[in-house]
Amino acid sequence: MGIYVPNTEQEQREMLEACGMQSFEDLYAGIPDALKRKEPLAIPAGKPELEVRRAMEAAARKNRVYPTVFRGAGAYRHYIPAIVGEVTGKEEFRTAYTPYQAEISQGVLQSIFEFQTDICELTGLAAANASVYDGATAAAEACEMCRDRKRRKVLVSGTVDPKTVSVVRTYAFGRDAEVFTVPEKDGVTDTEALQSMLDGETACLLIQQPNFFGCEEDAEGMAEKAHAAGAKLVMSCNPIALAVMKTPGECGADVAVGEGQPLGLQTSFGGPYLGFMAADEKMMRRLPGRIVGETTDLNGERCFVLTMQAREQHIRREKASSNICSNEALCALTAAVYLAAMGPEGLRKAALSCHAKAVYLRNALAEAGLTPVHARPFFHEFVTQAADEAQAAAVLKALDGADILGGLPLGGGKLLWCATEMNTREEMDRTAAIVKEVVAP
Amino acid sequence: MKLIFEESAAGRHTEYLPEPDIPAVEPDFRPRQKKLRLPELSEVQVDRHYTALAKETRGVNGGFYPLGSCTMKYNPPVNEAAAALPGFASVHPLQPDETVQGCLEVMRQTEAYLAEITGMDAISLQPAAGAHGEFTGLLLIKAYHRAKGDAGRTKILVPDSAHGTNPASAAMAGFEVVNIPSDADGYVDLEELKKAAGPDTAGLMLTNPNTVGLFDPNIEAITRTVHEAGGLNYYDGANLNAIMGIVRPGDMGFDVVHLNLHKTFATPHGGGGPGSGPVGCKAFLRGFLPGIRVEENGGLLRRGEAAARIGDVRSFGSNFGVVVKALAYLLSIGREGVPRTAANAVLNANYLMNRLKGLYPMAFDATCMHEFVMTLEPLKQEIGVSAMDVAKALLDYGIHPPTMYFPLIVHEALMVEPTETETRETLDAAAEAFRAILEDARRDPEQMHGRPLTTRIRRPDEVKAARKPVVRYDFGD
Repeated sequence: MGIYVPNTEQEQREMLEACGMQSFEDLYAGIPDALKRKEPLAIPAGKPELEVRRAMEAAARKNRVYPTVFRGAGAYRHYIPAIVGEVTGKEEFRTAYTPYQAEISQGVLQSIFEFQTDICELTGLAAANASVYDGATAAAEACEMCRDRKRRKVLVSGTVDPKTVSVVRTYAFGRDAEVFTVPEKDGVTDTEALQSMLDGETACLLIQQPNFFGCEEDAEGMAEKAHAAGAKLVMSCNPIALAVMKTPGECGADVAVGEGQPLGLQTSFGGPYLGFMAADEKMMRRLPGRIVGETTDLNGERCFVLTMQAREQHIRREKASSNICSNEALCALTAAVYLAAMGPEGLRKAALSCHAKAVYLRNALAEAGLTPVHARPFFHEFVTQAADEAQAAAVLKALDGADILGGLPLGGGKLLWCATEMNTREEMDRTAAIVKEVVAP
Repeated sequence: MKLIFEESAAGRHTEYLPEPDIPAVEPDFRPRQKKLRLPELSEVQVDRHYTALAKETRGVNGGFYPLGSCTMKYNPPVNEAAAALPGFASVHPLQPDETVQGCLEVMRQTEAYLAEITGMDAISLQPAAGAHGEFTGLLLIKAYHRAKGDAGRTKILVPDSAHGTNPASAAMAGFEVVNIPSDADGYVDLEELKKAAGPDTAGLMLTNPNTVGLFDPNIEAITRTVHEAGGLNYYDGANLNAIMGIVRPGDMGFDVVHLNLHKTFATPHGGGGPGSGPVGCKAFLRGFLPGIRVEENGGLLRRGEAAARIGDVRSFGSNFGVVVKALAYLLSIGREGVPRTAANAVLNANYLMNRLKGLYPMAFDATCMHEFVMTLEPLKQEIGVSAMDVAKALLDYGIHPPTMYFPLIVHEALMVEPTETETRETLDAAAEAFRAILEDARRDPEQMHGRPLTTRIRRPDEVKAARKPVVRYDFGD
């Protein structure tokens, strides 16, 4: 079995002797005997590598990998250029620690500085951090940034991904802060209701663009309303959509966050993913987590370091802006390599392709008998209505039989569909034909 | 080195995507106005750029990496191969339960092994890192007291030797932090703890072995004191590598633990993540666990939720790719390997400590666990050479510096954690480097402030970076 300990038995004896000890028991003499475990752990005996591989492969085979996927809802399948894995697989990036020692960490520090620049460019805001755990925690941290002694209340649009809302609520439970839901109306945030909910205690409004149902929100209008009430606007964005949709900066958002998974990360049953965060100049020092900054060394040469550490837990302890320590650095690197490979034109092409395919799929499904629920501009997700829940389930079952993962059931016969550049016309036509067979007769 | 934006030339591009096979669509949403300035490069430029950056990055294979409290052990490639299997990597998190039986099996198996190692009854794999696990564990404690109608328990006791994340997590969970001083031997001052524990105590957060590398022999009295006051005991698993398979947090009186898969269970640190910080708890807290609960029902594994769950702490069930790697590691080392790993981590630390004892004063004179703390205070008093100077000089010997200036209770601290995967030769070479540096320092203390000399950059000006932060490339417009 692989236990990765190089010390031979003889070496162990010699090393113990060098410490003035006879046995391993001597090393643990300080632990009360009554506490020590007498019997071996109830886990299997160690295995050699070949058997470990077999066991892991056997588990992996018990999962279905769909060649055709029309499901997003927070995790998206996009094309990942081969170079992305080639770069992120490099041992140095893979195994390095957080770059506290700048002299031997310029590579990872520079890569984060470049990632921060990418995020600023995508969001149109002034400053970005080195990443947080995922898009939902980014949204939760952003709400924390906006809260102060006077303004404790967070408004969350009912069109935000429910998983994000759940995380925002969990973080708010920690801070004993209140979260209120602004109702949804016709697939977008009900701005009239919003107007009546904004008050002097509102810290911020959290919206998602495009929202959970795929629809475009009037972010600019809501930024104006929030600001008029002295509150901030936090916008959770799809990073691919940012190549073509009006940016948070252009909409007047104070903080932009999002799930970075679409930028070159695999869906991997939900993680690891990448939370990105950007803020305008005024909010920069309230950003949580690592931030890389430019400086010079003793010789006056440009270099990069972790900066503004006075915000962080290892300096401020209980007064820190967040407890975050490890973030998702390797995932941020993945996103940066993806963006460098795709370039501005490639990303735009991916975004427009997602949109065009989603329009095509929506029309094809409508013709097949699944009615679109919202008549609004959308990006690459949309909701359809089946006759009832049973019919929606029958659609999914029929698609599953053809190795197609259909839209996400939202209840009441509604399905949330997603198309990306990965989906071909042939797949979409085939999908529509199967749907028609279930729905039409 | 040039930034990737400085290597960019307008119009350079590699085509990765085919032309659309459907009619073009004019989008009807509000369009982006500002030009998107991502780098424009040929693929070879991208590849070379990152090869150059990799050369400026220190991975575990780049040499000895004795960062205290970080457990920089070897990260076996077979674990990477497992996580990369398409049957794991290409699975969508919202697929139906019947189609993700393998993923659920991985989660259930990992939860069972971690529960056995920690002596806990249930595990949630949802937290994405150690600090995230701390926050989650403290919310369990909060929810527990709330459920009992015990809202007056607002304080978390934290020893002054604790990791900075402990008080920060307690604050995020809405608790007031009460610092408990350490005694002269580096242990929790039991008398002070007894004074502090009371009807307003929600719980205690403790790392054991603690951050000076010592196993607190009073651990049973400590946890009993907190329990008797009506509080719960939280175990910070950052240092579990020293004791796994030897003694279990659950048997020491802890109610909640978090683990760092990226420390103890050999998953890579990635330059600062992704990690994974599973939380374990005793049965009476199970109902509060976040995320998904894997249950068997009619021969199928299904995703459920705990009855009184605190909510979710991230979107999906876990940093799954990291969990796969940790499981592969556990399958490799197995039940004998777990304690053998711990024992050799402790042996390596004691061996190196004994080699350094005559050269550098140890903060505490005792058998250490997986790490030890030296104090350079006397050296600083004597010749003005600081812990920072010695740490930076190690870079000239190809050694990653130990953790500096932590824990806060030791002045001019250097905290050294060799881990079990280092050879005796490496430890001997490190001892030799420490000796040579001390000689250098005594011969010419002044030059120590300018170390390192052999790295591509010299010491950076951190004050300048923080005073007027430049956190993105300036395109000059």
